[in-house]
Amino acid sequence: MTNTAKADVVIIGGGIIGAAIARELSKYSVDVVLLEKGPDVAMGTSKANSGILHAGFDAKPGTLKAVTNVRGNQLYRKLHKDLGLDIKYTGSLVVAKTAEDMETLKDLLVRGNENNVPGLEILDKETVLKMEPNLAQDVAGALWAPTGGVICPFGATIAFTENAVRNGVRLQTECLVEKIAVEDGKVIGVETSQGFIAAKYVINAAGVHADDISRTAGDNSFSIRPRRGEYVLFDKAVAKLVNTVIFPTPSKVSKGILVSPTAHGNLFVGPNAQDIDDKEDVATTPDGLQEIISGARRVVPNLPLNASITQFSGLRAAADGGDFIIKQSDSVIGLIHAAGIQSPGLTAAPAIAEIVGNILREQGMTLNEKADFNPVNPPKSKFHALTNEERAQLIAQNPLYGRVICRCESVTEGEIVDAIKAPCGAKTVDGVKRRTRAGMGRCQGGFCGPRVTAILARELDMPVTAVRKDTNQSYLFFDKIPASCEVKSNG
Amino acid sequence: MVNTYDVVIIGGGPAGMAAALSARKTGAERVLIIERDRELGGILQQCIHNGFGLHRFKEELTGPGYAGRYIKMVKEDRNIDVMLDTMVLNIESDKIIFAVNPAQGMIEIHAKAVIFTMGCRERTRGAIRIAGERPAGVFTAGAAQRMVNMEGYLPGKKVVILGSGDIGLIMARRMTLEGTKVQAVLELMPYSNGLTRNVVQCLEDFDIPLHLSHTILKVHGKERVTGVTCAKVDDNRCVIPGSEFDIECDCLLLSVGLIPENELSQQLNIDMDALTSGPIVDQFRQTSMPGFFAAGNVVHVHDLVDFVSQEGEIAGAAAAQYANAELSAAEKTLKVSGINGVRTVVPQRISIADGQAQPVRLFMRVAQTEQRVTLCIESAGEMIQSRKLPIAKPGEMIVVELPADAAARCQDQITVSLKREV
Repeated sequence: MTNTAKADVVIIGGGIIGAAIARELSKYSVDVVLLEKGPDVAMGTSKANSGILHAGFDAKPGTLKAVTNVRGNQLYRKLHKDLGLDIKYTGSLVVAKTAEDMETLKDLLVRGNENNVPGLEILDKETVLKMEPNLAQDVAGALWAPTGGVICPFGATIAFTENAVRNGVRLQTECLVEKIAVEDGKVIGVETSQGFIAAKYVINAAGVHADDISRTAGDNSFSIRPRRGEYVLFDKAVAKLVNTVIFPTPSKVSKGILVSPTAHGNLFVGPNAQDIDDKEDVATTPDGLQEIISGARRVVPNLPLNASITQFSGLRAAADGGDFIIKQSDSVIGLIHAAGIQSPGLTAAPAIAEIVGNILREQGMTLNEKADFNPVNPPKSKFHALTNEERAQLIAQNPLYGRVICRCESVTEGEIVDAIKAPCGAKTVDGVKRRTRAGMGRCQGGFCGPRVTAILARELDMPVTAVRKDTNQSYLFFDKIPASCEVKSNG
Repeated sequence: MVNTYDVVIIGGGPAGMAAALSARKTGAERVLIIERDRELGGILQQCIHNGFGLHRFKEELTGPGYAGRYIKMVKEDRNIDVMLDTMVLNIESDKIIFAVNPAQGMIEIHAKAVIFTMGCRERTRGAIRIAGERPAGVFTAGAAQRMVNMEGYLPGKKVVILGSGDIGLIMARRMTLEGTKVQAVLELMPYSNGLTRNVVQCLEDFDIPLHLSHTILKVHGKERVTGVTCAKVDDNRCVIPGSEFDIECDCLLLSVGLIPENELSQQLNIDMDALTSGPIVDQFRQTSMPGFFAAGNVVHVHDLVDFVSQEGEIAGAAAAQYANAELSAAEKTLKVSGINGVRTVVPQRISIADGQAQPVRLFMRVAQTEQRVTLCIESAGEMIQSRKLPIAKPGEMIVVELPADAAARCQDQITVSLKREV
């Protein structure tokens, strides 16, 4: 990066919020840079959350959470097709077990109606058990939200970013922002691990680190406390256990432990909610896993534990005020926060991006629509979803589509090469996994791991020892012979 | 393109190659082996240690050496076709197989008989739910073995291995020979699941500590593994509080069980054995669907490749007979089940055709280590056969030959059990 780098807008953070904002701004004639400290987008909270498209009955009416949730849910209907997102409109149920729970459901219904959530309905026990026969038999009823669903959160982040890049946004990965530079109370740019980038506007979408980023500009107005949630993911073979997103009746701090299908046809349970101090601590704990399994069993008793395929945890970026912080900084001109974005942030993301666009306009930025903005990502070839005739045609064009690399999910070499070569392409083994599902299945990369590593090394023209699992230094393999022992020929 | 074969074999490892040769010998005209890897041999190709073939060839071979002998025989038979680099996508109940490879694209194959020889896969970290972080450096032992022995890279420099199954033991030695420090092998059970010779030759000979009744609670490391937290477990495999300790390492290898790879069999709704995780088969290795056979680790996980080959031969011969309409349909089926300490028995059924009982070989595993027990094969209250065992271990398969006259005396139900000496 040269020292003269500049942009109209710098977005800090390649999570779902930064990606959605980048894609929103890519509609206009402005020069936007999206900075991400990891090798890929969706490396933090955006890769490890419930992946729920919330209907919007949860948030207190009038809050940013309420407004952006319902708006975001609507916006995804169009984005679904344009960006090729993985979404299933399953509907969601909040399940009550006691009379007190039923009262809470009534409150949620009132709240949802105030938030303009369409189609909410309280169902009786018989109807609920007919829809979900595997629920605990002592359910009393449930709140049905037809607009609820599931969405692949990292897939959405990658798709927003890809579309932004296709429309001119520059993505810089492994670019850590060290400081927002401020002069006379105005943003002048950002100091990064790759040099200085001059910009009048900086958007802070740094997730759990948003408060730290804000402080570098001298704005100490909020703080983020990570709240960790753990998950267990199950094999596709048991996905039929539930058909919809199942919430327990919520408590004050959390929506509770869910049992839900995923957008890709797996099943998950989680999360719990644990306030922690370390913003990098995404470890799972034996107690935490037990907690979510027990919690899930209260709602769905016969959870098939032997079909679990992986566990993970993610951090909610909970701001001290409780609501989202989407505004121009009170103390620094040109700094715009999109911070404290916890649930329902994934659903709200496109609506948050619209608000950020409006804030930029209010700050005097001219956002002229680009004539050549293309809202659509070209469709990806998904071998497993094709008919045999379509597969034959695809292989005729490129034989690499005829080599299945991941057997569990039927992912071909052609799809993996596409994922690496795409705008916002994969650079790591987990990056390939998040884009293609190679390694997501029941063998968890046992078969395809070495093969994906070899393809990454070939396509990115680097040695196998330079291939990483996920994070900046997560190298997977070492040379057998130390470099010091190698025989050097001096021609 | 459409291809027609008498017998189509899915998986070109030891079971598949033995099945192909045996099918040909028994009269199958055209035989096809479909293999997903770039060469035949299956997992043998990465097992570069010796100890293979003592039963089969009466000499000690390496994995590739053992595979090589079969590959040579397969290649010499011009009526055995081999499709490499080819993945079977699905099979229909009328034995139409859809496969794919880069050279031929989508391939439709019609078979008279099908043999499943897909082997097994490794149980993963996620399946046993080890908590902690998810850094680079956690591998299944077999995947690591492939990287070390076939691709030429090391998965770590300071290693802890969880699970003392044979692959874990073999990898402990292999990594040591590669100059890597193996800190410890941990085993949840109070005994090793591997062959005794492997415990001696792979751990004891190299002074690698084996911690029995231990497990791993947490993996540490943000980018690369930095260590693991271990703990001792009690007789119920529950962690004993206060017994936790950390081991520093940059790599965790998992040898925590093998699972027969039955996605294709399950697509067809073939009856499965919940304990072996393989299809229920009769002594010909025919599954619940006529004309579909299975052999090797896809049926039940073996200790010795020699027995895998033998099972492949049984299935290959029967599949050839089926293809030529020479395999008589069963008039009667005897059900074989393990009780009282016998966890699994293969075959789970004995088919009696033409009124004629045949000798049958039973392959069994016990549920836990037992000393001085008698293995009893009984039917309708009658003791058919018994054998005294000084020791029976889950890690070592027990093989019993039931002669034709003994099989003839069996009624509908046969049980195999362990009786402790009093």
